[in-house]
Amino acid sequence: MNLTLKIWRQKDSQAKGQMVDYKVTEISEHMSFLEMMDVLNEQLVNSGEEPVAFDHDCREGICGMCSMYINGEAHGPDRGITTCQLHMRMFNDGDTITIEPFRAAAFPVIKDLVVDRMSFERIQQAGGYISVNTSGNTQDANSIPISKHAADEAMDAATCIGCGACVASCKNSSAMLFVGAKVSQYALLPQGQVEAADRVKNMVAQMDLEGFGNCTNTGACEVECPKGISLENIARMNREYLSTTLKG
Amino acid sequence: MALDSKVPKGPIKDKWTDYKNKIDLVNPANKRHIDVIVVGTGLAGGSAAATLAELGYNVKAFAYQDSPRRAHSIAAQGGINAAKNYQGDGDSTYRLFYDTVKGGDYRSREANVYRLAEVSANIIDQCVAQGVPFARDYGGLLDNRSFGGVLVSRTFYAKGQTGQQLLLGAYSAMNRQIARGKIEMFNRHEMLDVVIVDGKARGIIARNLITGEIERHSAHAVVVGSGGYGNVYFLSTNAMGSNATAAWKIHKKGAYFANPCYTQIHPTCIPRSGDYQSKLTLMSESLRNDGRIWVPKNMEDVMAIREGRKQPTDLSEDERDYYLERRYPAFGNLVPRDVASRAAKERCDAGYGVNATGEAVYLDFASAFDRYGREQAKIHNIKNPTAEKIYELGQAIVEAKYGNLFQMYEKIVDQNPYKTPMMIYPAVHYTMGGVWVDYNLMTTIPGCYCIGEANFSDHGANRLGASALMQGLADGYFVLPYTIGDYLSDDIRTGKIPTDSKEFDAAEKEVTERINFFVNNKGTKSVDYFHKKLGKVMWDKAGMSRNAEGLTEAMAEIKAIREEFWKEVSVPGTAAEMNPELEKAGRVADFLELGELFAKDALVRAESCGGHFREESAELDGPQKGEAKRNDTDFAFVSAWEYKGEPADAVLHKEELEFKDIELKQRSYK
Ligand SMILES: Cc1cc2nc3c(=O)[nH]c(=O)nc-3n(C[C@H](O)[C@H](O)[C@H](O)COP(=O)(O)OP(=O)(O)OC[C@H]3O[C@@H](n4cnc5c(N)ncnc54)[C@H](O)[C@@H]3O)c2cc1C
Ligand code: SF4
Ligand code: FES
Repeated sequence: MNLTLKIWRQKDSQAKGQMVDYKVTEISEHMSFLEMMDVLNEQLVNSGEEPVAFDHDCREGICGMCSMYINGEAHGPDRGITTCQLHMRMFNDGDTITIEPFRAAAFPVIKDLVVDRMSFERIQQAGGYISVNTSGNTQDANSIPISKHAADEAMDAATCIGCGACVASCKNSSAMLFVGAKVSQYALLPQGQVEAADRVKNMVAQMDLEGFGNCTNTGACEVECPKGISLENIARMNREYLSTTLKG
Repeated sequence: MALDSKVPKGPIKDKWTDYKNKIDLVNPANKRHIDVIVVGTGLAGGSAAATLAELGYNVKAFAYQDSPRRAHSIAAQGGINAAKNYQGDGDSTYRLFYDTVKGGDYRSREANVYRLAEVSANIIDQCVAQGVPFARDYGGLLDNRSFGGVLVSRTFYAKGQTGQQLLLGAYSAMNRQIARGKIEMFNRHEMLDVVIVDGKARGIIARNLITGEIERHSAHAVVVGSGGYGNVYFLSTNAMGSNATAAWKIHKKGAYFANPCYTQIHPTCIPRSGDYQSKLTLMSESLRNDGRIWVPKNMEDVMAIREGRKQPTDLSEDERDYYLERRYPAFGNLVPRDVASRAAKERCDAGYGVNATGEAVYLDFASAFDRYGREQAKIHNIKNPTAEKIYELGQAIVEAKYGNLFQMYEKIVDQNPYKTPMMIYPAVHYTMGGVWVDYNLMTTIPGCYCIGEANFSDHGANRLGASALMQGLADGYFVLPYTIGDYLSDDIRTGKIPTDSKEFDAAEKEVTERINFFVNNKGTKSVDYFHKKLGKVMWDKAGMSRNAEGLTEAMAEIKAIREEFWKEVSVPGTAAEMNPELEKAGRVADFLELGELFAKDALVRAESCGGHFREESAELDGPQKGEAKRNDTDFAFVSAWEYKGEPADAVLHKEELEFKDIELKQRSYK
């Protein structure tokens, strides 16, 4: 198929960016979206132009690097997948595809489609851990049984890949789904209980400091999340937060 | 320099304990004056950085991604081994040790493998304490699954995302130390050289991938945990950015490179669909528990399927060749990875491949649907179930076990594997070879360590499933933190290492010149052009099956591609900005050297062992006819290569392997 691409080009964080049109031809429907971008970039390199910078690494939906806003949707038109798992069979010959970076005040553009997600790092550093030394002198792994249900629910929350699609899809640029997922994972496990109150307080404080917006329950994040992280995690974080503030 | 593996004396069971009791320690107050650089934040580097920081050292950690959480370890699916014996099926430290040495086809160092088995149980305790949500049974205890090549159930897992959960555990431990200021994290930074002062590794040169700035970082020791070099083949299951640069740079500065030809080619990956293909996707080994592998018996059917005149489901049982079951009745579809891969290649080379490229075989779940369906019908007391009902019940069981893999397959291939067999083909997956290290995980450069997939240490010529995650975390959490202390105890009075020395000047100059060359060269061909060309030579001549003639040609061809690369490569943009093409150029330049050494190593090793199959070294007759033949008389050694300029001139040093605790046997899966 032949396609027209409208891509956000921005030289660096200081530059003013703009949409630029490109044409690609003979794209196979079996290609992944990023392979289509490879074709475009090869074309640009061969004509001496600068290729489009975009983040990617694993190309199998798990590292969370890839982050394109395609035709107005984070990770594009398919559901339950990341940009790198999107295939060209979702598009038709002659289509025009708009490709932008994930946009949010807390995700400044570095270049073209690459954004800076260090705000996510700082939130994790504020409390996304259990304070246990890696000495190997911990107790036996089976000494505290954990119900299968709680372990499975913790696992579901823990599958967040930190991509930021939730933020990019939210009209308020809220990071509640991302933060809620981490808070929930630990809240559901006995090992996480000890520091639960401090954790939720510190992570939420950092989130506010980074300039992420408030949650107004539109649910857009859940729809676009490639890993199916559910809104239930936001509710759980709110309960955790409330109980710490009530306790003072 | 003679190779000294520094394996402690004494019985194998006591070596590690005795060693730990006798080494020098650094007292906590002095650790504050010691800096350590860790390159890589995968399971190996991440766990090492967190532990060293916790002990009190000042750690600087580097990764080329924008977060430690995105290291390639995140993609591991199946699980992690540990000798916990929770299932009471007779597992023990010795058995895990034995399985690993045998699985590696007797080409690994016994003492290292024993230590790995010994610390494996601690890893699970540690991870659970960190909040890693491993799978559990209904009683709330940890669940296990089994993996290829072993007789016990010792694999711990977190759905199909074990690597992700373990890495997020190490990442959380790092975050705690970053928050305390004990780890300084350098994301989007690439190490481009090591700096050696007075014979010791004392720092690195790194490029800030956002601004393009070249930076000097000093430390008392340098740890490299930069992962494997599978991308030398261009197509592999590795992440796009996985590279050999850090490992190759230390090799060029004096670290020997061991067994480069030991590569694991995984039998169950989604086949290539066209020339635009950028990477290959693994379908977990666990699928072989329930899937049967076949190709059509008759060439007419192969043609009919390729041309779309027939569907695989149209073929009757007699028209199918279940070649693994035919050739290996004892192990059938569960033969080890190397054997399964070669058998698929044999059928496809003979012309029986089932897709347009001729490089695919079927992995069929129909009999699993039937078997599980009948069993379920019994359990639910359904009399005379229809074929549809049986299928429906069986499908539900298969879905519960492998649902996420089936979905991943459908998203990529656009075929429903519940209705038609999957197509699979072998792909490059893991590299057992790597930087040579002694028992302390130190390379032949004093003060420079290498951990995780980047080193050669524990898997011999073939790695068993679920053992790489175990090794990465063992190295980082439990081995390196001890061994490095012994070395650093001499450095308590050294003071900060200055970065304004002539050694740093020289290293920085070299790095800058190379970068300037790339951006100014203005050649005619893209970096990928060369990478693909290299990959094709590697796959055709140093892939699943190798011979002297092909390897000799490969060495010459790679050299020629390298020469063309340095003339014709084109890198747009400048050095002083984010420039992904420039990053790729540096990595491919290193692969172009490594590839030639790889072929040379494969040429020298004129035996078949593990993943390395030399056509000249096969059984000529008897029941094992055509199978790999190891040669312990001439090749029971580790090849450690010393850099001498051109890869073809590298000098071989041999570390002889002694097997005192295990008897050497030929593997048989018939
Ligand atoms: C698809 C897949 C599935 C797998 N499944 C399993 C499994 O189920 N069980 C199992 O045991 N093993 C599995 N493996 C193997 C296992 O995942 C890897 O061997 C292991 O994770 C490697 O860990 P590592 O820490 O050594 O390196 P990596 O995780 O590759 O980390 C490398 C790190 O080095 C950094 N880096 C590299 N070069 C530079 C540089 N020049 N400068 C700065 N930083 C650099 C990277 O940023 C990264 O942080 C699988 C592998 C693949 C590909
Ligand atoms: S919650 Fe979902 S969308 Fe948000 S960062 Fe995690 S995986 Fe991405
Ligand atoms: S590239 Fe890793 S999730 Fe897309």
